[in-house]
Amino acid sequence: MSLRVSDLKVHYRTLRGDVRALDGVSFELGDAEILGLAGESGCGKTTLGKSLIRMDGRMRHVGGTVELDGTELPIGDDRRMNDFRFHEVSLVPQYSMSALNPTRKIGKMVGELLRSRGVTPDTAKLLGRLDAVGLPHEVLDRYPIELSGGMKQRMVMVVSTLLDPSLLIADEVTSALDVSTQKAVAKALAGFRDDGFVKSMIFITHDISLTYQIADTIMVMYAGKLAEKAPARTIVEAPRHPYTRMLIDSLPEVGVRHTDRRLSGIAGSPPSLLDPPAGCRFRDRCPLAFDRCAEEPPAAEVAPGHFVACWKA
Amino acid sequence: MRRYFGRKLLVYGLTFVVAVTVNWMIPRFMPGDPVAGMVARANVSQPAAVEAMKQYYTGLFGFDQPLWRQYLNFWGALLHGDFGISIWVFPTPVSDVIMGAVPYTLGLMIPSVLLSWVVGNRLGAYAARRKLMDNTVLPIGYVLTAMPYMWLAVLLAWGLGVVAGLFPIAGGYSFSMQPNWSAEFLLDLLHHWALPFASLFLVALGGWAIGMRNMIIYELESDYSTYLAALGAPHRLIRRYAFRNAVLPQITGLALQLGVLVAGALVTEIVFSYPGLGSLILKAIQNQDFFLLQGTFMFIVLGVLAANFIIDIVYVVVDPRTRAGMAGAQA
Repeated sequence: MSLRVSDLKVHYRTLRGDVRALDGVSFELGDAEILGLAGESGCGKTTLGKSLIRMDGRMRHVGGTVELDGTELPIGDDRRMNDFRFHEVSLVPQYSMSALNPTRKIGKMVGELLRSRGVTPDTAKLLGRLDAVGLPHEVLDRYPIELSGGMKQRMVMVVSTLLDPSLLIADEVTSALDVSTQKAVAKALAGFRDDGFVKSMIFITHDISLTYQIADTIMVMYAGKLAEKAPARTIVEAPRHPYTRMLIDSLPEVGVRHTDRRLSGIAGSPPSLLDPPAGCRFRDRCPLAFDRCAEEPPAAEVAPGHFVACWKA
Repeated sequence: MRRYFGRKLLVYGLTFVVAVTVNWMIPRFMPGDPVAGMVARANVSQPAAVEAMKQYYTGLFGFDQPLWRQYLNFWGALLHGDFGISIWVFPTPVSDVIMGAVPYTLGLMIPSVLLSWVVGNRLGAYAARRKLMDNTVLPIGYVLTAMPYMWLAVLLAWGLGVVAGLFPIAGGYSFSMQPNWSAEFLLDLLHHWALPFASLFLVALGGWAIGMRNMIIYELESDYSTYLAALGAPHRLIRRYAFRNAVLPQITGLALQLGVLVAGALVTEIVFSYPGLGSLILKAIQNQDFFLLQGTFMFIVLGVLAANFIIDIVYVVVDPRTRAGMAGAQA
């Protein structure tokens, strides 16, 4: 097992109280596995991604543990966590377009970053990685502004994986790109795994169809909790959790004329995480809800590798 | 690159023409008759003599010609470096009068502008990362920057000059001395320079520190800082990058300030009777000496334009995005 997350709880401190963005999530990630993390805005997927590498000032580690390759990550301790960042855990952020310092040439910036982490820059390796994503070597002599959006995205991917981290977190990396570039970026990330640049990956997105193309496993989150986790094909073809089912149903399908069958969507909105209701958090929107849903459903393994947090599953 | 600077030079050229024109117009349309003033000062009572003097002066300064002719003459003389003859200290050429005052103004301005900029930026950057510093630098900065130059100048002159008696409060050097290169005179010069310098320096310092503090906080929260932090880069590196980016707007601010501060120095120079351009402008206005006024303004305009041009060049060196802009890109 590469990554083991147990009952992780991370809250946001606000003036009105704690927002329970991540409220007891457990999962495992195998070696060379790509986990697609899906869910709507506010479900806690980005919070989970941030918790694994760097929490922002308002986030608080309330409980649970994260274990990477047998070592526990001090995720609540910004200073101690520094040893793991970049070397063991790395990040391709949502904001790749503006992730590079605008007033430094890219090559110089990479050199300074590596040296500041006590690593001697390895030019041959860097150039090899540029080739792997199809970037010309001249980009190192350019300023970020001279690169296109897609090039910046790939550059950030190269920088983030330069030290061959064990875990790569790709947070909504494709949301700012057009569809054709999205696929190229997703494929490049899968290639990084295949070539061993990164051991395993968490691919955070709200786009299930894109996740399906590269992920081995898909984990669907809802209101700070795990809803369903299963191999990618199972999630798309035979989802068990009502939320996953409705999520898949609201996706357009190729060849279906939507004048005949209107896309359904899911009525209602997720509960406030400031003071979430007891029991299943989806129950207000769930067509299958019954009395027992007032009790919180555990994530049960209904088939090997298929976890569902629902009484009806 | 050539197109960029060509365009810049064109804009500066146009600005110069407009400035010269306005400069020529202002004193001429100002109420009062300088020739009458000079004749009155001469204390001549015979009407015939008064008439002759009037004619002489009017001819000398070219007032008998039509306005458009005066305007063209003005340009012609200007291009020869001839600013005319001062009325106040007749018959010294205006350029000599200005050149006598320029070293004092520049000696006051350049150190106070540059030092306050450098020190203010450092202080602001420092304040942005220490709570304690922030709580002291920010309020002091606000008080300083809100303070009018002349008020601080008066306060310093009174406190350190009159009450404590540490510094002289008037003049560029002691009245008992003649300008020369002896150590004694230079020390005396420095002694007289200290208070006007301090008043300009302190007021500007507050503004720079506040601006830099806000910029650094903004930069430290920007995406590239967050990314570097996520990759575990040390604070030192992140702060260095933030400083470099935060200083860009401050450079623009410096360019603007160079122009504005000449006016700021005007009042300061008057408070301390410092023999720079500011005092000269006051004298010129009081004596309706519009050749001197024109010359001084012209000098200030040239100074502002030159300062801005230098800043343009500096900007191209420090910010790669301006270089992209030269090729027509809209960053």
